[in-house]
Amino acid sequence: MLQYSEKVMDHFTNPRNIGEIPDPDGVGEVGNPVCGDVMKFTIMVKDGRIEDVKFLTFGCGAAIAVSSMVSEMAKGKTLEEALQISNKQVAEELGGLPGNKVHCSNLGADALHKAIEDYMKKNNLTVEKSSTG
Amino acid sequence: MKSINLDYTAAAPVDPVVLEAMLPFFTEHYGNPSSGHRLGEKPKQALDEAREKVARLIGIGSGDLIFTASASESNNLALKGVARALRKKGNHIISSAVEHFSVLNPLKTLEKEGFDVTLLPVDRFGLISPDDLAAAINDQTILVSIQTANPEIGTIQPIEKLTAVARKKDILFHTDAAAAAGWIPLNGNRSGVDMITLAGDQFYGPKGAAALYLRRGIRLAPLIEGGIQEKGRRAGTENVPAIVGLGEAARLAFEDMEERRSRVAAVRDALKKELFARVPHLQMNGHPDRRLPNNLNISVQFVEGEALLMRLNMAGIYVSSGSSCTSQALKSSHVLSAIGLPPELAQGSLLLAPGKDSSEKDVTCVAEQLAEVAELLRNMSPLYHKFLKEDNKNAPVQ
Repeated sequence: MLQYSEKVMDHFTNPRNIGEIPDPDGVGEVGNPVCGDVMKFTIMVKDGRIEDVKFLTFGCGAAIAVSSMVSEMAKGKTLEEALQISNKQVAEELGGLPGNKVHCSNLGADALHKAIEDYMKKNNLTVEKSSTG
Repeated sequence: MKSINLDYTAAAPVDPVVLEAMLPFFTEHYGNPSSGHRLGEKPKQALDEAREKVARLIGIGSGDLIFTASASESNNLALKGVARALRKKGNHIISSAVEHFSVLNPLKTLEKEGFDVTLLPVDRFGLISPDDLAAAINDQTILVSIQTANPEIGTIQPIEKLTAVARKKDILFHTDAAAAAGWIPLNGNRSGVDMITLAGDQFYGPKGAAALYLRRGIRLAPLIEGGIQEKGRRAGTENVPAIVGLGEAARLAFEDMEERRSRVAAVRDALKKELFARVPHLQMNGHPDRRLPNNLNISVQFVEGEALLMRLNMAGIYVSSGSSCTSQALKSSHVLSAIGLPPELAQGSLLLAPGKDSSEKDVTCVAEQLAEVAELLRNMSPLYHKFLKEDNKNAPVQ
């Protein structure tokens, strides 16, 4: 717990974009309480860009910080760009995560990607899905 | 910033009286108790006195007390030592699902050596049923190991009823009393146990001194072989200063037990009352009455324990949690899962362990902080939002 980076502590202490967008364009939910974390992302899309993004997270300090960081990274990006946000990038942006917390960062990008895929499915869109590691 | 420690089972300061008793044995009385000359006299005498003080605390008149370095070592010695010594008699060991890892992991090792292990289940309060124990015994059973009280949820087992079952079949009974010793009266003689584990750091003694009581006549294969210290059952020069500390801590715990118990239980009860009054959606874990005086275990619904712990830490309040994220193994508490707690409630569990010097004055502050932290984390919890939506659906239309 004391081995978190300053950036992680900042996002944990002051998480950005908390909440749930009413009538969102896309919803992505991942995880379950058995493994410790549940994340839900809701997005609004305008002209192919993520105009707004909010998250709800049940999870440890790292999970909350990761969710907050993912939301910040995704805002304003095109769908293609946002789909390319990788777990590795999120961890890097946070100044690294303790070894046993790396799996938390996987869920963050997954939840965002799921919300984007949900939006695309609803709108019959296809985007070349790149590997997000 | 003022801090409030509610994690005294993890570590507690050494009592100043205890420290005072230890100090001369680092310098002035530094001798080896095994020495034949004068330098060994005082240390040897100090070991004997410490043995008497510990014996009094756990209510044993005679028998052997082996000094070890930790409760974990005592548990390892009891289980592996007896199992290996009695191997020809049988290969079945009975224990429970809520034991400490220093019991459960040695049992896994013994399984690899060919022993059969039965782990008894517990009810939703964490209690083991004597009937289940009776049913689990077979003609190969050589040892039963059941804790006196659980360090995480505080539940106190009906030890005398359990030992009665084992005794009828002439089976050795070990109890891990690390969480209980120093906090509740133990009557080793009357309770019918054959072996008791305890550790001084749980009652204001130093870390690094613990003991295993062994009823006279029990055979034990040592874990550490070498010299004939502890009658050959635990080789290595005795850690005299720490053992002196263990003895002195045992004396104080024995003499002050009633006062300590009632004082710490009063803080615990006040804490419980304040928390339930100020924080909605809490649940108590463990037994309502049969519990250690220094233990309160609650689940804060809809939030995760490590996040709670971190937020409380920022407010200067120190607690621990049974959530998977606070464990290095990333598994939530096996104790909470054994009492049937759903995963999301196990993830949100907090252990609040006041100490002998905790103050009732602090409980309001803790409750206020937890209320604030719980609300903050719930506002970002998908589980809480889901609950609110479902609650609205069920509520009458306004």
